[in-house]
Amino acid sequence: MSALSRDDMAKRLAQDIPSGSYVNLGIGIPELVAKYVPEGREFIYHTENGLLGMGPAPKEGEGDPELINAGKKQVTALQGAAYFHHADSFAMIRGGHLDLCVLGALQVSKEGDLANWSTGAPDAIPAVGGAMDLVAGVKSIYVLTQHTTKNGEPKLVESCTYPLTGVGVVNRIYTDLAVIDVTDEGFRLVELSPGVDFEYVQERTDAPLLPMKD
Amino acid sequence: MLTKQIESVQEGVARIRDGDTVMIGGFGEAGSPIELIHALIDLGATNLTVINNNTGSGEVGLAALIKEKRVAKMICSYPRTANSTVFPKLYKEGDIELELVPQGTLAERIRAGGAGIPAFYTPASFGTPLADGKETRTINDKQYVLEYGLTADFALIKGKVADTYGNVIYNKTARNFAPIMAMAGNTTVVQAERIVPAGDLDAETIVTPGIFVQQVVEVCEPLLESALVAEGASYP
Repeated sequence: MSALSRDDMAKRLAQDIPSGSYVNLGIGIPELVAKYVPEGREFIYHTENGLLGMGPAPKEGEGDPELINAGKKQVTALQGAAYFHHADSFAMIRGGHLDLCVLGALQVSKEGDLANWSTGAPDAIPAVGGAMDLVAGVKSIYVLTQHTTKNGEPKLVESCTYPLTGVGVVNRIYTDLAVIDVTDEGFRLVELSPGVDFEYVQERTDAPLLPMKD
Repeated sequence: MLTKQIESVQEGVARIRDGDTVMIGGFGEAGSPIELIHALIDLGATNLTVINNNTGSGEVGLAALIKEKRVAKMICSYPRTANSTVFPKLYKEGDIELELVPQGTLAERIRAGGAGIPAFYTPASFGTPLADGKETRTINDKQYVLEYGLTADFALIKGKVADTYGNVIYNKTARNFAPIMAMAGNTTVVQAERIVPAGDLDAETIVTPGIFVQQVVEVCEPLLESALVAEGASYP
């Protein structure tokens, strides 16, 4: 079996973003999507701390500590960029003005519930950031994640056991093994990674997986 | 001619009292008014409620204020960050209260408070633990959570340039919470790298109109939190 690398997962997802989309990328694997914009397409990146038109990390020594992304890493502002305050930034998010948000996940349920901010461990410091606003307002929510945890436990589940980020919010999931839609009937396979078969994915998914539509 | 310019950051924080609620601008170090925070530490006011997206890093700025146990309660969305050790320690020891708020809800609560809106419904957090115990309502078949506006006794923010009327412009993503905190603070104090005479800023480009600002103070070369953390600095 040849599961996709993190970079190939990001590259695969990038193929499905239409040119001209306003996109918010979450922290972690989702950040890699920006490296793989297909030839001839242009996406405009939003970062919730107050910038549209976010570009890549600055060259060594050319950054500004006050030009950062949501992960607090230094970035650049591209031609045509705009700065704005937090209430405007989340008006873009909640008001349905962004086309796509790509997020990581701890768990996704077959109803599209997402858990990605807390494992609920009693000694953990709870921190949520903008995830709950993003899933509540952005037009499409794609999850980009490994299919299972490091211990091999399924992340795609019948129902989430971790605290939820949002209820019924995920539209599509891109993993190292497959692309899967969240539908009214549950998880439906859209595409298998090269060399991966249906049974292999089903064994690693804790809910029924519907076959690809012809 | 009217001027809101004051001579020192000490003067800017001098009227903050024990038990006050203080909004502090910044997202991480971007926009953090570190000189005003250090003056607040020197002043000694305690039992504060502080509203900021994070809880600072290292042992300078907001993290130093928390370390000195001046903060009874934090209202924020993301209390842990790289190099953030002070808040997690106090929180685990039960020495500081946390009200965790989704980031957009935090922003809108501040905006609402400054705009005279006592409460509003938001879709964010519905069906999650952060909505536990809150009023909910179905509007046009979608479910929402009631959230209350936030105001503060003081707002401490950082601008790039301010004029003597209190009009402010910002630097890049350092703008973040500052314009809405300026609206929601009963007394808003702005530190800026330059204070210019009223009329020098282009009226078309002003981000925060001076009506939301009570005091401006010049801090020409503000300290950088990340540089201080990298050299292991602590305050006081």
